[in-house]
Amino acid sequence: MSTALAEMPHRNSAFRPVSVARSRNLKKSYGEVVALRDLNLEIYAGELLALLGPNGAGKTTLVRMLLGLARPDSGSVSVLGSDPHLGHVQARVGAMLQVGRVPETLKVREHIDLFSSYYPAPLPIAETLKIAGIEDIQERPYGELSGGQKQRVLFGIALCGNPDLLFLDEPTVGLDVEARRLMWAQIRTLIGRGKTVLLTTHYLNEADALADRILVLDKGAIVAEGTPAEIKARAMGKQIRCTSRLALEEVRQIPGVLSVKADRNAFELQVNAAEPVVRELLQRDSWLGDLEVTNAGLEEAFLALTQNHNADASKEMN
Amino acid sequence: MAATTFSATLAVTRRSPARTIALFYKEAKYELLKNVRIPVYAISTVAFPLMFYVLFGIVLGSGNPANRNEGAVYMLATMGCFGVMAVSLFGFGVSLAIERGQGWLQVKRASPMPITAYFFAKLFSAVVFSTVIMLLLLAVGTTFGGVRLPLTTAARLVGILVAGSIPFSSMGLAIGYFAKPNSAPAVVNLIYLPMAFCSGLWIPLFMLPHGLRVFANVLPPYHMSQLALNVVGMGIAPASTWQHVEGLLSFTLVCLGLAAWGYWRDEGKMYG
Repeated sequence: MSTALAEMPHRNSAFRPVSVARSRNLKKSYGEVVALRDLNLEIYAGELLALLGPNGAGKTTLVRMLLGLARPDSGSVSVLGSDPHLGHVQARVGAMLQVGRVPETLKVREHIDLFSSYYPAPLPIAETLKIAGIEDIQERPYGELSGGQKQRVLFGIALCGNPDLLFLDEPTVGLDVEARRLMWAQIRTLIGRGKTVLLTTHYLNEADALADRILVLDKGAIVAEGTPAEIKARAMGKQIRCTSRLALEEVRQIPGVLSVKADRNAFELQVNAAEPVVRELLQRDSWLGDLEVTNAGLEEAFLALTQNHNADASKEMN
Repeated sequence: MAATTFSATLAVTRRSPARTIALFYKEAKYELLKNVRIPVYAISTVAFPLMFYVLFGIVLGSGNPANRNEGAVYMLATMGCFGVMAVSLFGFGVSLAIERGQGWLQVKRASPMPITAYFFAKLFSAVVFSTVIMLLLLAVGTTFGGVRLPLTTAARLVGILVAGSIPFSSMGLAIGYFAKPNSAPAVVNLIYLPMAFCSGLWIPLFMLPHGLRVFANVLPPYHMSQLALNVVGMGIAPASTWQHVEGLLSFTLVCLGLAAWGYWRDEGKMYG
């Protein structure tokens, strides 16, 4: 962690990084399920830190603890130098959470008006509506909004108090490409205003587009940390698709194959580097056909990242 | 730059008293607006007691010309009690269960909203709905049921029943902390409909079997409706006003205790 810290591309690089939130040896289990194992994290003033990880990696649990909504089994959390559940900390923190149902009969403007009243020095309502991009839907009831519009209202709720530190838990989950781009632009606006943001996502391209620094979380532990460029380089696996007479098990044994699955009459292989595997495949099966090599999708990129980290477990998992 | 932003905002982390009042006002206003705009809530909580009142209090009583308005007066008190109960249990209990179970309360708890504002708003909404129900019942009873109550009596009746929002909201609070969002409406219906019947809200207690009459003593709507009936001189034992107040008070305390347990159980998973 300390090496990445030294190289951290900091927007305010003229200043020594100021830590605004940290967790130390954080542990949390829900019954048998371990959500976080010994997690250490530091958030610096002015940065956008992305927590990248698949579903169930522990991202939401971590955010809930940083917000004072969940108590760790052991370890400690400190936000703005205090316990996160204290009022004077909450007054300077904004949160966009994943929520099952929001009161549907209240209008957009009314939601913002109400949440603004919770904070000691909120933004003017008109400004919140503008930054969140919900000016033209301010008179509509929440229940009548599209998915993207709903997310923007929750985003408005997170920023209306003019907080210094924002936690955005999967702000673009379930959004289409256009709505996602719009949300990205709005998050960048926040960064432009000097806010510190912790964002969770399971999209590598989202973390890449927004973050100064990325932490990759898997099964409750940080498995990789670095700049977006570094993380991308490590995550960029390849996908090979081909028809073959080889047995699935034999293909799986080829060195460099992370995973393989049969898809209709073809095999789909996830690999780190395509060339050695293709060479091996061609050598073993002269009937090999329909060969396609593509960049791995994001899900596959995760696989590469998390399995590089923990190669033993990956064999059993796939 | 970041460092200056952080120190500059430290000065304004306390809410001024004026802002605190504005906060409570807005929380209450929007809670009420939210409920008024939910047709199922607004219509059913207001329409059901009115409908029952018209059917049982006015239509049924009109066949007995000797004391035609007796039933209309009796039912004014008991259906008022029924209405207040429904408003509190649904407005407090079901809505808390839903907002708690589906993550909305978490969003609010992540903000600096004082939890007292949240509870105050729900109680306020219950009080407003209860008042509206009582006034409508009075209007219907006076216009169609031949009810003639002196203004002070009417005011006392409305006042006592609206105050009933407090014990029933406490009950709602307890239910809200233990029921799941999907089952909360069913739980409330299963509790309050039989409870209302056994308390003599539809059929006067003296017409019910002896066992039920004894059982009624532990039911809050019984005490509440007896207090209201005492106002119009129709209580079973007008002298026992304090007994009813005591009954309601202990019931309220039990509910608040349960709610506090539920609250801390939640907060045990969370912080304060």
